[in-house]
Amino acid sequence: MSSLTVLTTGPLATIQDRGRAGQAALGVPASGACDRAAYELANRLVGNHEGAAAIEVTYGGLTIHADTDLLLAITGAPCTGVPLNAPALLRSGELLRLGPPASGLRTYVAVRGGLDVPPVLGSRSTDLLSGLGPSPLVAGQTLQVGSLVHPMPGVDQAPVAHPAAGQVVLRVTPGPRRDWFTDAGWASLLSQVYEVSTNSNRVGVRLDGTPLERARAGELASEGMTHGAIQIPPSGTPVIFLADHPVTGGYPVIAYVAAADLNACAQLRPGQPVRLVS
Amino acid sequence: MRILPSGDRALLVELDDLDQVLGYYAALAADPPPEVVDIVPAARTILVTTRGDLAGLSRSLRELVPARDRRTSGELIEIPVVYDGADLDDVAVLLGCTRDDVVARHTSASWTVAFSGFAPGFGYLTSDGDWNIPRRTSPRTKVPAGAVGLAGEFSGVYPRESPGGWQLIGRTSVRTFDASREPAALLHPGRRVRFVDAGRG
Repeated sequence: MSSLTVLTTGPLATIQDRGRAGQAALGVPASGACDRAAYELANRLVGNHEGAAAIEVTYGGLTIHADTDLLLAITGAPCTGVPLNAPALLRSGELLRLGPPASGLRTYVAVRGGLDVPPVLGSRSTDLLSGLGPSPLVAGQTLQVGSLVHPMPGVDQAPVAHPAAGQVVLRVTPGPRRDWFTDAGWASLLSQVYEVSTNSNRVGVRLDGTPLERARAGELASEGMTHGAIQIPPSGTPVIFLADHPVTGGYPVIAYVAAADLNACAQLRPGQPVRLVS
Repeated sequence: MRILPSGDRALLVELDDLDQVLGYYAALAADPPPEVVDIVPAARTILVTTRGDLAGLSRSLRELVPARDRRTSGELIEIPVVYDGADLDDVAVLLGCTRDDVVARHTSASWTVAFSGFAPGFGYLTSDGDWNIPRRTSPRTKVPAGAVGLAGEFSGVYPRESPGGWQLIGRTSVRTFDASREPAALLHPGRRVRFVDAGRG
């Protein structure tokens, strides 16, 4: 059986797949790869089945040792020192080191055959909020590689753009609690240049900026939220929910990020300027 | 019923009260509209996520006929509780009664799981009784798994050790969440619960 050993993890490396959709009524968050497009591309490039487990690397720093010959594909944030968006062979005994990414935050490493860890509630995703699925990767850990594969797609290189390095514009639509904010608050949301906070993680991207004016005081009874919800906590600055977001939340959702821009959201890095447009 | 926008993939159904949520959730869960991915009931709302188009989903939701008597028709399970919680005396003071009265009220009430949240398998149980219990002014950093608590009109069982602000009245050895079980959450929406006094074990 094929395997690889993790030598270093960088700030955070987790195993991810498509997550646990359909169980939100039980309080089980969806989780799964944050940048779904990059994750799916990595799997496709090595002929994996849809939903195969891959590694999500946050801000580079992963080093793996090939215990056997491995066919890999690396996508998402372009880390220095590794081939990108192309299938690549890593010979038994060789090392793969992901340097810091030139832009973006999350890089995906898919291995032909997929990572073979036990599924929890139908998914191999690490959910940091609820503690479901495998623990984040640690140095010294050996991962088995599965064997269920499609034929190789015969693609040498996928032509995809790198995540943006400068200001990112995200399209939004009004959320269910838009009316909890004044028109001035809504205008402020759509006119200011926010900065991604260092407090961001797989649960949510926190934005630093000028607090929004509320039209209504008081508390909201907790209600269901989905990926891309923009919650406004009492601080008045937005939190955009990512893959590990809780099933329900108690702060008003002023807007939602358009589904087409969720992958860009997952690649935002601390300090990056962001604008929201309607 | 009010249907509110929730992004490209979901609609939020806003209802008048928890009884309506129970009725509409039961109807939705029994016969979900095509292409629905997730249905998340909460205190006053139900979030419905879909792979299909929102206009079609909106029509289906408007045509929905709520189920009746959801508080009395779900599957009933019994949960044995040792009533020795750290906040039992405080709850008795809040309710103006004795510890034993609190236990009697908790065990005689008929509870229904209205919705989940907070953590996987944490069910918000609502009852026919008149509970209105404020949360602790300072939440505990560690509440053990199996702790039975009260907050607002709800009762709940902590599925695993976590921080928490509910008033703790007892504990149970019943595992309310087990990822290797199907369904993983014992207390899922619609289930009815009766708490049984297991004595001071």
